[in-house]
Amino acid sequence: MSSIGTGYDLSVTTFSPDGRVFQIEYAAKAVDNSGTVVGIKCKDGIVIVIEKLIASKMMLPGSNRRIHSVHRHSGMGVAGLAADGRQIVARAKSEAHNYENTYGEPIPIKELADRVASYVHLCTLYWWLRPFGSGVILGGYDRDGPQLYMVEPSGVSYRYFGAAIGKGRQAAKTEIEKLKLSEMTCRQGVIEVAKIIYGVHDEAKDKTFELEMSWVCDESNRQHQKVPEALLEEAKEAAKTALEEMDAD
Amino acid sequence: MDHDATADVNAPHSMGTTIIGVTYNGGVILGADSRTSTGLYVANRASDKITQLTDNVYICRSGSAADSQIVSDYVRYFLHQHTIQLGQPATVKVAANLVRLLSYSNKNMLQTGIIVGGWDKYEGGKIYGIPLGGTILEQPFAIGGSGSSYLYGFFDQAWKEGMTQEEAEQLVVKAVSLAIARDGASGGVVRTVTINSEGVTRKFYPGDQLALWHEEVEAHNSLLDILNASNPEPMST
Repeated sequence: MSSIGTGYDLSVTTFSPDGRVFQIEYAAKAVDNSGTVVGIKCKDGIVIVIEKLIASKMMLPGSNRRIHSVHRHSGMGVAGLAADGRQIVARAKSEAHNYENTYGEPIPIKELADRVASYVHLCTLYWWLRPFGSGVILGGYDRDGPQLYMVEPSGVSYRYFGAAIGKGRQAAKTEIEKLKLSEMTCRQGVIEVAKIIYGVHDEAKDKTFELEMSWVCDESNRQHQKVPEALLEEAKEAAKTALEEMDAD
Repeated sequence: MDHDATADVNAPHSMGTTIIGVTYNGGVILGADSRTSTGLYVANRASDKITQLTDNVYICRSGSAADSQIVSDYVRYFLHQHTIQLGQPATVKVAANLVRLLSYSNKNMLQTGIIVGGWDKYEGGKIYGIPLGGTILEQPFAIGGSGSSYLYGFFDQAWKEGMTQEEAEQLVVKAVSLAIARDGASGGVVRTVTINSEGVTRKFYPGDQLALWHEEVEAHNSLLDILNASNPEPMST
């Protein structure tokens, strides 16, 4: 899968003979090696979930959040280099804020995704900047309903029903495709994605992980917030049970 | 009394004005008179104070003609770019917000009261009043201009929620013509613009065909009409 672009990979302003920009591809590797991030669009909202790999037992549970609220109506789950991701979130917050100050209404999610993608792309155009080593899954609920977007380090942004980035993305995508998202509420979706994350987590290679989940849906009054504690525990229990059932086979 | 009745015709043009915007069940109707005055001289007796910003948003302008025109030009420009960026028509709320940002930021220099009215697919018909100073207020109906002083009581009594298009149109025309009767700075014809999901319709009501109110005298186009009439006594009707 990976090919070394000897000589053509030293700068983001250099194309290889076969038309690739290797620096951007290397940036994407940083995302591929991080904990899995999954987002789904259910019929009444969006759920974002992260497999947050814990580096040390001394870390306080609940710290180092990887899901951030961008605006009242939208949130972003970040994969890849955490510090890079923080910059992207900061920019998204700023864009959303400025838009509302100028136009008097919350930024449409499509517009927000466009702006984040433009910003990420910008940093791939100049030799004195390096591309962001993070990808984000952006979910929001505006007057056109719930929407899910994914922005990659190349600056590409697409709208999705279900999206996954990080280590377990291949397996996660297979699982997501099996779900009937358009018939599912977010309450049900929370349980399903928890199962997916527990399923794709590699016990052998990775240490423990913490499950971080957020949603923006009718039940949360179209505000982006952490999934309520009770539901989160329910989801974790369901996921662990499903895992045991699979192992028992 | 020593005063110069012929004001300097190059002095700043002001629109004495009566402007109105009302919502009805299905959209909005904007109405205005057509008098632009420079002191006592009527610079334009058939002006169009209802200006288009986008396909679905129009504004009524009052106060300084220059100020209101420049504000509407800027907002039209910003809205055009916004529409291209968004890929769909701008909402009335966004148009109104852009107007008030300009009005508020330049409040020391501008003297213009604006009523923004239009229809969009999210909120339907909406009216926003943006008076001097740059306040923005979403209202079921709004009135503005010097002639509006005479309409507050009228609207208190005549306004109803959920009127039909015909009722709302008649209300607007009646109100503007009442204001024209009492306000010296308002006059000419009544123009209305109706905006709903189907689009925009402009109507025109000539001044001499408006209803006559208390103590108003019938309009005559020319004194020659009286001479050629069967009874050539002036002021006999």
